[in-house]
Amino acid sequence: MKADGIGARVTRKEDHRFLTGNGQYTDDIILPRQTYAAFVRSPHAHATINGINSAAAAAMPGVVAIFTGKDIEESKIGGLPCGWGITSKDGTPAIEPAHPILCIGKARYVGDHVAVVIAETAEQARAAADVMDVDYGILPAVVSTGTAAASKTAVHDQAPNNVCYTWGHGDEAGVKAAFEKAHHISTLDLINQRLAPNAMEPRAANAVYDRSSESYTLYVANQNPHVERLLMCAFVLGIPEHKMRVVAPDVGGGFGSKIFVYAEETVLVWASKRVNRPIKWTADRTEAFLSDAHGRDHVTKAQLAMDKDGKFLGFRVDTTAAMGAYLSTFSTAVPTILYGTLLAGQYTTPSIYVEVTAVFTNTAPVDAYRGAGRPEATYVVERMVEVAARDMKLDPAEIRRRNFIRTFPYATPVGLTYDVGDYDATLDSAIKMADVAGFAARRAASEARGMKRGLGYSSYIEACGLAPSNVAGALGARAGLFESGEVRVHPTGKVEVFTGSHSHGQGHETTFAQVVADKLGIPIEDVSISHGDTGKVLFGMGTYGSRSLAVGGSAIVKAVDKVIAKGKKIAAHLLEASDTDIEFVNGEFIVKGTDKKVPFASVSLTAYVPHNYPLDKLEPGLNENAFYDPTNFTYPAGTHICEVEVDPQTGKVEICAFTAVDDFGNIINPMIVEGQVHGGVAQGLGQALLEDCIYDPESGQLLTASYMDYAMPRADDFPNFKVGNNVTACTHNPLGVKGCGEAGAIGSPPAFINAVTDAIGVKHIDMPATPERVWRAMQSAAHA
Amino acid sequence: MNAFELHQPKDLASAATLAGGGGDLRFLAGGQSILASMKLGLASPDAMIDLSLIPDMKAITVAGGVVKIGAMAKHADVAANADVKKAIPALADLAGGIGDRQVRNMGTIGGSLANSDPAACYPAAALGLGAMIHTNKRNIAADSFFLGLYETALDAGEIITAVSFPVPEKAAYVKFKNSASRFALVGVFVSKGAQGVRVAVTGAASCAFRATALETALANSWTAAACNAVKMSADNLNGDLHASAEYRAHLIPVIAGRAAAAAK
Repeated sequence: MKADGIGARVTRKEDHRFLTGNGQYTDDIILPRQTYAAFVRSPHAHATINGINSAAAAAMPGVVAIFTGKDIEESKIGGLPCGWGITSKDGTPAIEPAHPILCIGKARYVGDHVAVVIAETAEQARAAADVMDVDYGILPAVVSTGTAAASKTAVHDQAPNNVCYTWGHGDEAGVKAAFEKAHHISTLDLINQRLAPNAMEPRAANAVYDRSSESYTLYVANQNPHVERLLMCAFVLGIPEHKMRVVAPDVGGGFGSKIFVYAEETVLVWASKRVNRPIKWTADRTEAFLSDAHGRDHVTKAQLAMDKDGKFLGFRVDTTAAMGAYLSTFSTAVPTILYGTLLAGQYTTPSIYVEVTAVFTNTAPVDAYRGAGRPEATYVVERMVEVAARDMKLDPAEIRRRNFIRTFPYATPVGLTYDVGDYDATLDSAIKMADVAGFAARRAASEARGMKRGLGYSSYIEACGLAPSNVAGALGARAGLFESGEVRVHPTGKVEVFTGSHSHGQGHETTFAQVVADKLGIPIEDVSISHGDTGKVLFGMGTYGSRSLAVGGSAIVKAVDKVIAKGKKIAAHLLEASDTDIEFVNGEFIVKGTDKKVPFASVSLTAYVPHNYPLDKLEPGLNENAFYDPTNFTYPAGTHICEVEVDPQTGKVEICAFTAVDDFGNIINPMIVEGQVHGGVAQGLGQALLEDCIYDPESGQLLTASYMDYAMPRADDFPNFKVGNNVTACTHNPLGVKGCGEAGAIGSPPAFINAVTDAIGVKHIDMPATPERVWRAMQSAAHA
Repeated sequence: MNAFELHQPKDLASAATLAGGGGDLRFLAGGQSILASMKLGLASPDAMIDLSLIPDMKAITVAGGVVKIGAMAKHADVAANADVKKAIPALADLAGGIGDRQVRNMGTIGGSLANSDPAACYPAAALGLGAMIHTNKRNIAADSFFLGLYETALDAGEIITAVSFPVPEKAAYVKFKNSASRFALVGVFVSKGAQGVRVAVTGAASCAFRATALETALANSWTAAACNAVKMSADNLNGDLHASAEYRAHLIPVIAGRAAAAAK
């Protein structure tokens, strides 16, 4: 193995600048004649806007301009688009209400963007925004997901019962038949609570209009600058795409929340031409809590039919999913395409049916958040399997083994075809690593100290590498999901790679450079990775859904292959041999079976100094690009095992051990993969143990709008994680990789809750397992 | 944060004079509560009187069975002070567990007591040890100092100068933390000394208070079991996002019992 090539634990090239304060984030960019924006946000969950008096604010020092919904209406600016069309089971399309970039007539959640104040400094903008006089007519608010469809109040007039769509997927009749012949039916009601994404860097944007070129530049903390540009230009502002450049520089975490086109940056772009000055906005933490697209928020009923041996026969899931007040960019796809299709899990359940009712509520929009639909699916499946195991008095590992898929490719009844996997090997490896054999002794030791110990499994699967464009299109996507890569070889043999995927913590500058350095046989220092700028990168669909390496990396590999193919032709000319006799080994072009060879850098120099060159047959230069559209999703899978100890006097849960054995296919950089697993597990356990985004059920006020009230996980909440791998290579992409970014957040929550319910002997407890909730569950169990 | 005037008096008398001026005036001790409130727009004073340049407000002395801590002594200084650690280890432990390292390096005992945050740690120590709070005007017993939510017996413009803690036979403080803020969801300080058995609770009501039923129980039998046998009423306890009053009522004897078991 090359010391800095595929499979090596190369330390991250980007970390030096991050750790020394030299990262360049959106807020670090200060443009000449910079102005600053502050948004006036609705303090009410649901209110008519009867009038806005800007006079006092306009008279404040430093104020440059103030815009309200009236200006947006007069300028005929469209609303923010929804990128995925979902059709209800009755054949009607999902209701897609307008999502104006500044409220027109009504505000629909606390934090809704009512007006923008632009001033010379951020402080002046904030001070002026604070004295804006908005006359609100407070309306009753629809808050709770579970009861929204029964509310007498409508968030949008065109959805009188607050239902956006009712989506059905799978074989309803088959499930019914399976239930009729079942030996036992296990049932489970659960809530997958709402989460706030909490990227370390809050959202930020800086927009400028250049009169000389009649073009816009938008710097924005975003995961997919080309998608941002396409949606904003084509669907909202009507700006020609070639007249707008979107730059997503260093971005401090996204977790999905920076995929979407938001009102704030769209307002900035629009207003930048009106005021003819650059306008910057950086969310403060409270704004982030109020206005970032939230995650999860499902209320679910599940039923699993089994035969007498615990073999799964049929699975039915009924879910109500909150959309929030408006449809965020990919909101409609998350509880449907990314959820319902994953309900087979790792199991051979022959019949599955899922029905999802998406509802509008007077809350912040809900959209993709690390895992996006797949954590919700895994939580339902893996909690259900645990309940089933206890109902059937089977060991939880045993019931999983009885139902594992073992032949591949395997077409699930919910529309996916798993290409490869070895679920037994992964489970076995996790059991060994977690020392399940020693659990009984550890439990006894805990009991001797008056504590309760439990162990929980989760054997998850996810569909990553989004996505085959034709499949996504058939499922309602309004975008392709390919990726582009460009490999620019400079005359000296140094290589610049341009990728349409975007790194906001993932370490692409290292992983992708390892791939290219390995393939070209050159030192990793000779490769740099560029991303995040529509002015530099050909095109791209960005980074989410654990797709960067599987899709973006594959595009880069294709471009590298083209470079090598052209290089062979140049080398053949230099070595006076036939193209087909040239092989490329360790950075050298060699005439097969001879010692005649020419190094990579000589070939690249020749390409740019083509004195001795086949100009009649070959163009000069060595610069190749490629697009890659996957033929299938990838299917990372694994088994997580969590061990907890519960203090029965207080209900406090301590995570004693956490083991994750994952199958991510081939691994380029094990250190980065472990880091992704650690982060993902922390995020998943954060949901399971601590985090809860709570709105007051009556007023719709966000009660958890700061870290005083929203419990984020910290290092001392966790033990050291044990992380292992079991590799089956993906069969359909050139690197054999599957993706690792979301697995930790997907697999860990049910492992944890299964462990807690095992410890305290209750059927179910909702997340987060706060001390009081656990204590109450124990009180109820004691009195039952 | 809005603009404000900053005064930096060099002695107590000047500080008191400044405090007699008009407008919304606030003292600035360690600033770990007021500055955060100002950043969030929850407080917007016209002027602040910084107490950090006044001499003799930071001294920590142990003599005659009393630990005396200057009002401007920082939590980190109390936590690390060898004499305090020896005399009242529970007090040093408590100081070392407040907030995080940054907070402990700035926050002061006087600021904490004057603020009477319902979930702050120091009020539990003051009540739990029967401390005397010295001001530029008088001495106030801890028992009559904490009046309610952010409300104390201090008059407007009155400045805490030091706090005297009698050294007990044994004491301990146990904090059950709010998982978000890591303030006390319920914190209990227990002590046994010349003033008898004292049990002070923070985090559970509008301000720190003494739990007399637990004091009686521990006076009879200094054991966790004695605490666990006490049934606390949930009346007047806080119920919020993080814990109901009922759960807090359940926790108080449990945490008191753990403190009793840990006392030294």
